[in-house]
Amino acid sequence: MSAYRLELCGVTKRYPGIVANDGISLQVGPGEIHAVLGENGAGKSTLMKIIYGAVEADSGDVLWNGEKVKIANPAAARRLGIGMVYQHFSLFESVSVVENIAVAMSGRFDLPALSTRIVRLSERYGLPVDPNRLLHHLSVGERQRVEIIRCLLQNPKLLILDEPTSVLTPQAVRRLFEVLRTLAAEGCSILYISHKLDEIRELCDTATVLRSGRVVGTASPKLVSAAELARFMVGAELPDVHRDPVALTPHPRLEAIGLSARSDDPFGTDLSDLSLAVHGGEILGIAGVSGNGQGELLSLLSGERTASADMIQLDGQPVGDLPVADRRALGVAFVPEERLGRGAVPTISLADNGLLTAHADGLVKRGFIDRQRVAGFAKAIISQFGVKCTGPAALAHSLSGGNLQKFIVGREISLSPRVLIVSQPTWGVDVAASAFIRQALIDLSRSGAAVLVISEELEELFQISDRIAVIYQGRLSRATSRTATNVEEIGLLMAGVGPAFQTAA
Amino acid sequence: MIEHLLVPILSGTIVAATPLIYAAIGELVAERSGVVNLGVEGIMLIGTVTAFAVAFAGYPAFVAGLAAAGAGALASLVFAVLALSLATNQYAAGLALTILGSGLSAFIGHNFGSASLKTIAKIHVPILSDLPVIGPVLFAHDAMTYLALAITAAVWWFLYRTKAGLVVRIVGEAPQSAHAIGYPVIFIRYLTTMFGGSMAGLGGAYLALAYTPLWVENMTAGRGWIALALVVFAAWRPGRVLLGAWLFGGVTVLQLFAQGIGIKVPSELLSSLPYIATIIVLVAISRNPQTLRLNAPVSLGQSFRPQG
Repeated sequence: MSAYRLELCGVTKRYPGIVANDGISLQVGPGEIHAVLGENGAGKSTLMKIIYGAVEADSGDVLWNGEKVKIANPAAARRLGIGMVYQHFSLFESVSVVENIAVAMSGRFDLPALSTRIVRLSERYGLPVDPNRLLHHLSVGERQRVEIIRCLLQNPKLLILDEPTSVLTPQAVRRLFEVLRTLAAEGCSILYISHKLDEIRELCDTATVLRSGRVVGTASPKLVSAAELARFMVGAELPDVHRDPVALTPHPRLEAIGLSARSDDPFGTDLSDLSLAVHGGEILGIAGVSGNGQGELLSLLSGERTASADMIQLDGQPVGDLPVADRRALGVAFVPEERLGRGAVPTISLADNGLLTAHADGLVKRGFIDRQRVAGFAKAIISQFGVKCTGPAALAHSLSGGNLQKFIVGREISLSPRVLIVSQPTWGVDVAASAFIRQALIDLSRSGAAVLVISEELEELFQISDRIAVIYQGRLSRATSRTATNVEEIGLLMAGVGPAFQTAA
Repeated sequence: MIEHLLVPILSGTIVAATPLIYAAIGELVAERSGVVNLGVEGIMLIGTVTAFAVAFAGYPAFVAGLAAAGAGALASLVFAVLALSLATNQYAAGLALTILGSGLSAFIGHNFGSASLKTIAKIHVPILSDLPVIGPVLFAHDAMTYLALAITAAVWWFLYRTKAGLVVRIVGEAPQSAHAIGYPVIFIRYLTTMFGGSMAGLGGAYLALAYTPLWVENMTAGRGWIALALVVFAAWRPGRVLLGAWLFGGVTVLQLFAQGIGIKVPSELLSSLPYIATIIVLVAISRNPQTLRLNAPVSLGQSFRPQG
């Protein structure tokens, strides 16, 4: 009988062209909170899916309470007592909370009885949720509670959480940690996957660090500094961003005045009376939990949806009623949140993807595409922004997330825009590429452009923004200087607490 | 006088709606799981010819009906292998099935010339069937008519009151998530597709055994397509499918009467009325985006390949 609840020995998983997990071994004891730390693409998610039975390992053993087990599917994992909270929830929008939970439970299908159990459990752990509400009415944080409750109802002996805090406000993170500590004290082991070093140092007993599919070491995160952990994870010194203050343009380059709009999506968020102003020379960051109107705001600013002309102004010129192409022609550039399918066409080459937004920059002559210049444009971006790829002919979807994002950001910056609007600039991007992209955004703003960044990562916003505002339920708080606020204050605003959102109702 | 018109119109409505109810309720279940089978028209035709052949050979009607349901399930199995296991385009595979079905039924039906069958017996309920108006309208139909209603109710109960029905709905909404929590998405879609096929087969059988028990080619006359439209415009809800089918049946019968009394409107226009009326009414009642968003299966028509 082994003292470990879960033990992995030499687990290997290959995908065509890549070894996702290469001989991974780790041990988790009962009641231990164990971090799996690594960059995007280090193989964390694959490893968790192997433990949860969603992916089959090519070789290696999984030991559960000292016995070798074969976990063929998630149902088998649940029978052993393994629960998983996915980063992208495995929940269903069109059905109620209790139904979402019922589909994952074995046993009799008795919704009223299950509702009672849900309420009892949610009170015990301080995870309030109404079982009869339809899921699509819930905020992201509430949805995570549903996922956690769904796991807890099955009395797990091991709970896996994949990047659980990326959708939470700092205060909600603290509450989640309390729940996890309670669980661990009750003997449940926890595997906590993250790339956020501070959280791991605060919560976890042990950390296994992965890099390119291999275990590079184990550490006690409470004993080492965040910088040491970061070096461990990245394998190099962390690049830092630098910025110099510059004089702002006297008038805002981009302005939204009393922007209100109903969402196209019946489950979306309506914007109400939202105003912002970005001057040349600065970055304005917009924080907020996803689903609070970011998508709607972005589509209005980009021109995918139009508003009345005066609501959006570019250097004082009303542009609210102009479509995307006209706004681009006036010097506005965009980097949307979805890289594949919106920022770039996955199945065409980088060169053609460059052409998509830069066609007005002399790449087309008398209606004919100048192939040489198109390739040259892409080549320049590739070298200037350090995009790792086989060349301008590489298909967009063949690039890693970080490299494709560098290309897309590079393409937009190469247009020398007056205004750049970016959503989630470094979502799913590795540390080195993130730092590069952030620096590129700062440099663009310092050259006189107005940069608006919408992000859910507070750390990022505090690193690059000059001023920060918070979007909550379609309303925007007053932007405050980065140096005059802090994570705590912004976190409260993200939860809708604070005078900034009070309206005369 | 009114009674003489009203009774045949209402009674005819219920009869004309029955094949649509079968085909649409089956397709509804398949679509709820994310599978759109454009082969409904072809499967109905296969059901028609199967039922006709079996009944023509002298077997009782319920055997003919069962055979038609079986043939429908088999035909949809062909579709399922292509569209679900081999992940070909569902729309293309469905269209191919429709072409196959209409060719096959014409080929087999060739042997029947214009032979006729005895229609299946009407059920006579003591007392109820003898009531004035209500009796002949509601209580003087054959067993297949009542079965269609029973199946509609059963499908409603299944989808909204059982765990299996809930699973069908979530598979249609988010197959990746359903897979992630451990449901066999493709297997479930096989079952719903074959249920849809057997119901379309039954709908076809009804045409041969009860509606026009006389062999003609292409007996379905586009009812499979209307069934498909019904499902969409009824926002994937069983009750609205029933309403839509009755509406279609009602207008069908009304325009027949109108043609019968010689109204001076081109008969082609009158014949198209049921199609137009059904679609307009269903579009009007199902316009609410909230209803659509809640009921439309998000993954409809998309192939599923489990991702690691």
